[in-house]
Amino acid sequence: MRLTLLVSTALTALLVAAAPAAAQAPAPTAPEKVFRYAYRVDPASLDPHALAETFTLSWLGQVYEPLVGRGKNLELVPALAEKWEQVDPTTWRFHLRKGVKFADGTPFTADDVVFSLQRVKKDGSDMAYTVASVTDIKKVDDHTVDLVMAKPNPILPVQITSTYIMSKDWAEKNGATAPASVKAKVENFASTNANGTGAFKIDTRQAGVRTVLVPNPNWWGDKTSNVTKVIFTPIQADATRVAALLSGEVDMVYPVPQQDAARIDGSGNAKVLKGAELRTMFLNMDQKRDELHTSDVKGKNPFKDKRVRQAIYQAIDMEAIKDRIMGGTSHVAGTMIAPGINGYDAKLDSRTAPYDPKAAKQLLTDAGYPDGFSFTMDCSNDRYVNDERICQAIVGMLGRVGLKVNLNAQTRSKYFEKVLARDTSFAMLGWQPLSYDAHSTLQDTMNTPEGKIGTYNIGNYSNPKIDELTQKIEVEVDPAKRNALIFEAMMLSKDDYSHIPLHQAGIAWGVRKGVNAVLRSDDSLELKWVTLD
Amino acid sequence: MSFLLGRLGQTVLVLLVASFVAFALFRYVGDPVNNMVGQAASMADREAVRRALGLDDPMVVQFARFIGNALRGDFGISYRFGQPVAALIGERFPATLELSLISMVIATGLGVPLGVWTALHRGSVLSQVLLAVSLVGVALPTFLIGIALILIFSVGLGWLPSFGRGEVVALGGWTTGLLTVSGLKALVLPSVTLGVFQLALIMRLARAEMLEVMRTDFIRFAKARGLKPRAIEYRHALRNTLLPVITIVGLQFGNVFAFSIIVETVFQWPGLGLLVIQAIQFADVPLLAGYLVLIALCFAVINLAVDLAYVAIDPRVRGSRAAGRAT
Repeated sequence: MRLTLLVSTALTALLVAAAPAAAQAPAPTAPEKVFRYAYRVDPASLDPHALAETFTLSWLGQVYEPLVGRGKNLELVPALAEKWEQVDPTTWRFHLRKGVKFADGTPFTADDVVFSLQRVKKDGSDMAYTVASVTDIKKVDDHTVDLVMAKPNPILPVQITSTYIMSKDWAEKNGATAPASVKAKVENFASTNANGTGAFKIDTRQAGVRTVLVPNPNWWGDKTSNVTKVIFTPIQADATRVAALLSGEVDMVYPVPQQDAARIDGSGNAKVLKGAELRTMFLNMDQKRDELHTSDVKGKNPFKDKRVRQAIYQAIDMEAIKDRIMGGTSHVAGTMIAPGINGYDAKLDSRTAPYDPKAAKQLLTDAGYPDGFSFTMDCSNDRYVNDERICQAIVGMLGRVGLKVNLNAQTRSKYFEKVLARDTSFAMLGWQPLSYDAHSTLQDTMNTPEGKIGTYNIGNYSNPKIDELTQKIEVEVDPAKRNALIFEAMMLSKDDYSHIPLHQAGIAWGVRKGVNAVLRSDDSLELKWVTLD
Repeated sequence: MSFLLGRLGQTVLVLLVASFVAFALFRYVGDPVNNMVGQAASMADREAVRRALGLDDPMVVQFARFIGNALRGDFGISYRFGQPVAALIGERFPATLELSLISMVIATGLGVPLGVWTALHRGSVLSQVLLAVSLVGVALPTFLIGIALILIFSVGLGWLPSFGRGEVVALGGWTTGLLTVSGLKALVLPSVTLGVFQLALIMRLARAEMLEVMRTDFIRFAKARGLKPRAIEYRHALRNTLLPVITIVGLQFGNVFAFSIIVETVFQWPGLGLLVIQAIQFADVPLLAGYLVLIALCFAVINLAVDLAYVAIDPRVRGSRAAGRAT
């Protein structure tokens, strides 16, 4: 008897004393507006300068802010800078917003901007490329900062929309003045804690499991959102993520696999928001080696022959891929940049030559390959939407014109290791310029690889004219002239079949009834625009 | 005592070999560097990261460095999370241990009685049905069972959560979901999913062993002596049935613990399985190394525990035969 009493007392004491470490979101009660959402993965780090990865940056954008932000249609909008101007061709001046405070209450000044941008340039930062053109960061007064460049950079504001500003005091106090880098081999306070000026701040977080955010009471912006608490959970398995939405355990999930879209729409308590990605999928052909290392053709490289590249282009039916694999949600691409990317022109975005297997066969015959030839295609199977299935379809289509393609589809870490080492003849890749500007597509995927340039030009395509145009685009200040240069460069690539653009995949978000969210084509969920009925 | 020391020595050897094999395999998981830098990093930047992490050193050098650090309790920093590996594993360990314990309790608690019962009631309709159902449990892939349970109990009926661990209570460094209602509810589907295969296995094993034992001479003699069937079945036969069942339960516990990966992925259970699947996708070498050492350690400890259980249950095992058993 006494023992039972003792045990039950002890248990009660335990239950009362132990604080719940994490709660699984009970149903929202009347005054509290809780928004629960799930994405495929967790942000890699809370350090805003540690990893230039699209989702991590998008997620951190709820907590941290850049100088220049993006609106609902990706247009530039004032964020921590109220306005910006080019005082001379090599100096951008940013007029900072006044009265802004960080989540911990410290005021935001020019010192924080200078500190943050210097931090971005430090070793171990993955964001240094955004301010690579900047040679000097000058504080003019407490609310004005000048960024000085060696040569004109017309797109600096576009490049820094994910370059977030941290508090100098906070970083210094917590020993986080350098970016969190695994190279440092020590833990960095900033990778597990955050203090930004954004609309929300982190309440509790267990990496990889669950993060609770609450509105930042010090936020300067207009409070569209009526959410009082946000619970973010990564849910890796597609089926579970969709089930969690359908069972009402979360209010929003993304990405939604396209085969589940109809089920969600038909459930009556949730719907699917749709858009197209900014990432263009395309094929790369090795155009450098004198002999393809995976082919039965010896002594020459068939991909150096434009007719062969055109034949491959005409052999691939992008519309069929759209209908049969992408569920009709993709946007067939005529060029290497997506609608929404700066420099996009609808005139570029149509097929260079029609889908025509007969013509393709003829082109191959003309080029001296009447019976086709063989080569290996590299493909990822867990990086892009339906990547392996797209590659399988392409292998089949090329087979119909006599090209014998061996598919090598593997996991992303194996795939990128192989193709970045240029150990490939033919590979599918996707590219979304982090600056949402065509210059990045040209420089990183189409220019002759050298040093920092052309890292993802996996086929080593080289066209001096495109290289030259890219350099002009980099410094051209006049937007109309700049767009004309982009058009010219993209046209050259099209005419030369330098790469084979395929499509932009569809974006799908599953949203519960009563939840209003804005689907932006960069797949970024902005909590500040979420409202609950 | 010398038995115990001998086993400890073996354990250390097993750990060394396991981590060596792990390191030999790491170069096949791919290049972590491309996951650790953004798309703007140049090839030279990537090479610099690779050098700084010592990834281009020969495998033996990397292994020696790992052992040296591990001996000082330092398992390095996870590439993906930027946090110490030991802390990450420690944080996730309770979730997986609770899940696998509960599922083994379900599997053993139901499997042994059902197995014994079907053995004693051979030929009855119910035992035929139970056997047929258990076959389904062995044959169905875990993820299918998990998804089916989610669809029925979360989406359809709305009774149980489809993901996560519910509300957990922190007791010092340990987090438990056993003390809250939502935590217990969250445990149901994953532990059942994880336990189904084990349940079927244990049931069929217990049945086979029971049938075997019932055919032995000493049971026949016991019957001849006129002992009550109940006493024969549950005192004499059952004890002899349990020995191999315990071995399997022990080893299967290791399996359940180490390979809860699928169940944890399906239910987004924040345990080691989920951590390690992310580590594999990311080629997070320090985390994988730490995890594999832990798993090897678990298997070694379980083996040891099984051996000790043998000694406790079966007096005949004491002596020279002990060292050779259940390795």
